[in-house]
Amino acid sequence: MTDSTRSLTTRLLDARLVGVLIIALLASMPFVVDAYTLSSLSEVLAMGLLAVSVAVMAGNAALPSLGQVAPYAVGMYTTVVLIRSGWTVGPVLLLASAAAAALFCLILGFAVVRTRGVVFLMLTLAIGELAYQVSQRWKSVTGGTDGSGRYDATQMFWGTEPMVKPESIYWYCLAVAVIVVLIVARLVSGTPGKLVRGIRDNEARMRADGHRVGHYLLGLYVGAGVVAGIGGSLMASSQRMVFPSDSNFNISALVLMAVVIGGAASLNGAIVGLGVVMLLRDWSNTAVAEHSPLVLGVLFIVVVYLLPGGFAGAASRIGLKAVP
Amino acid sequence: MEFLDGYIPHVIGGIAYGLLLFTVASGLTLAFGVADVLNLSHGSIFALGGYIAYALTDGTWTGLVLAVLAGTAAGALFGGGLSIAVAPLAKRGHLAQALLTFGIAMIVGHLLVIAFGSGEKRPTLPSELTQPVLFGGNYYAGYHLLFIVIAGMLAVIGWLVITRSKAGARVRAMVDDRQMVATLGTNPKLVLAGVLAVAGALAGLAGALGAPILGPSQGAANMVLMQSLIIVVLGGLGSVGGAFIAALVVGQVHTLGVALAPQWAPYLLFGAMAVALLIRKPPPLLLGGRA
Repeated sequence: MTDSTRSLTTRLLDARLVGVLIIALLASMPFVVDAYTLSSLSEVLAMGLLAVSVAVMAGNAALPSLGQVAPYAVGMYTTVVLIRSGWTVGPVLLLASAAAAALFCLILGFAVVRTRGVVFLMLTLAIGELAYQVSQRWKSVTGGTDGSGRYDATQMFWGTEPMVKPESIYWYCLAVAVIVVLIVARLVSGTPGKLVRGIRDNEARMRADGHRVGHYLLGLYVGAGVVAGIGGSLMASSQRMVFPSDSNFNISALVLMAVVIGGAASLNGAIVGLGVVMLLRDWSNTAVAEHSPLVLGVLFIVVVYLLPGGFAGAASRIGLKAVP
Repeated sequence: MEFLDGYIPHVIGGIAYGLLLFTVASGLTLAFGVADVLNLSHGSIFALGGYIAYALTDGTWTGLVLAVLAGTAAGALFGGGLSIAVAPLAKRGHLAQALLTFGIAMIVGHLLVIAFGSGEKRPTLPSELTQPVLFGGNYYAGYHLLFIVIAGMLAVIGWLVITRSKAGARVRAMVDDRQMVATLGTNPKLVLAGVLAVAGALAGLAGALGAPILGPSQGAANMVLMQSLIIVVLGGLGSVGGAFIAALVVGQVHTLGVALAPQWAPYLLFGAMAVALLIRKPPPLLLGGRA
């Protein structure tokens, strides 16, 4: 008991220190790197929130989702539609995207939170794939495979200049991501996190104690969906042109792998893991061009074999125990 | 009735497609139910079988038979290799398997695109099979009818093997009590490798035999994997009988649904899956080892 409390405390302290360093480093990026890299980094931040959304569920509830791209896509296209109809103010876009993702997860959540283990993996995979198919077919909103086309830049607040420069949109993404991660970290270390971890560790006991397990997990799923939705909004604001392939199954798998690399319980780890994976993807896109899937496939296999219990037993913590 | 008459070819096409999916999904559900392996590269085996059929068929019956046998053998090899690849992950659960097999699927899928190009490929069939067949005032695709007969026979044989044969009894015993199987003198690892090889062979066979119905491509591999996963979940994890019924339903939704309500067909499947999950609790065995 004390052991687990202590390890949790050290983990939180670590997270805080690492977090401050990362934020300082990230905030100074516009003075260091060129515009193209900065734009990629904005993308990493947006997808970092997607990774956080996966990590929160995988780490605290042992529910590894392959379908968080669905609320991410909902947030992304909510922002696109709003910008096209003239709403370009950041807070409006973020709130609307978060609300849309929450509503989406609330509807699906009733089916999702009834499942565990592999059924959860399969159901979320199907949800992610469904969202991808919708985004391919709903051409009036998404533009199909041709993409959305260029749209207006986002404003930080009412009356401020549209953020057309890469550094301003990057700082916007960074600020939003940091705030969201801080809120998530607060929730995870507080009562909501404890309740969800209780379900992870002994669901029958939690039920017997009178906890409404389904409600808590629904809350978790909706909360994680909101984080993903905000990530999607950042993606839309920073890229100013989005494609259905920005939220397909490959993205889900990449993000889940990033979370496994980073260590499932750590939010910062998830973002760092994602940074590593995205860097490798971008590098392989330029270095070996069309053979990028090959590099990523090899990466998957290497990670699975070479990073087992080493990362604090990340796999066993998120992974579903094998059926005996 | 006359209104319905026009849809009968779609129904037949749906049965053929459903049986195609059943051949793939039965392998997936066997691998999962018996060997406890979640194989996300199952769709790639299907594509592999299809490309082999594309490469080997030359319009003769010999070529067709050869292609089907080669596709099946390639699938069996793939499955056998997979049993070696997942062995070190036995203690690590399904997530590690999912990531590994997804990585394999990415690599195999990419290599197949390099070898055959990204477009959908169709095998060259004997001319007898490409003729439409007139029956009761409607034309049917000849190959679909042949496929229904062959796949139906395969399903019956498979059912007989599982329920009536010694080998089938061993496989079923593996699900109930692995240690007891080992105690009784059968090496469980060999049974698992055999089951994965059979599962792979089924996907390879479906790919080769089904190539005239659904030609191999990266998109087809993904679609077949996704629909098979839906079938496995709908039919109940590890249940071959459940998968059979689910596959026929999915086949009808896929073809008849496309004919009747093209806008809604893809969503109907996912809706059906969500409803199935809602009205039935998943079996406790597969909840992820949690009491």
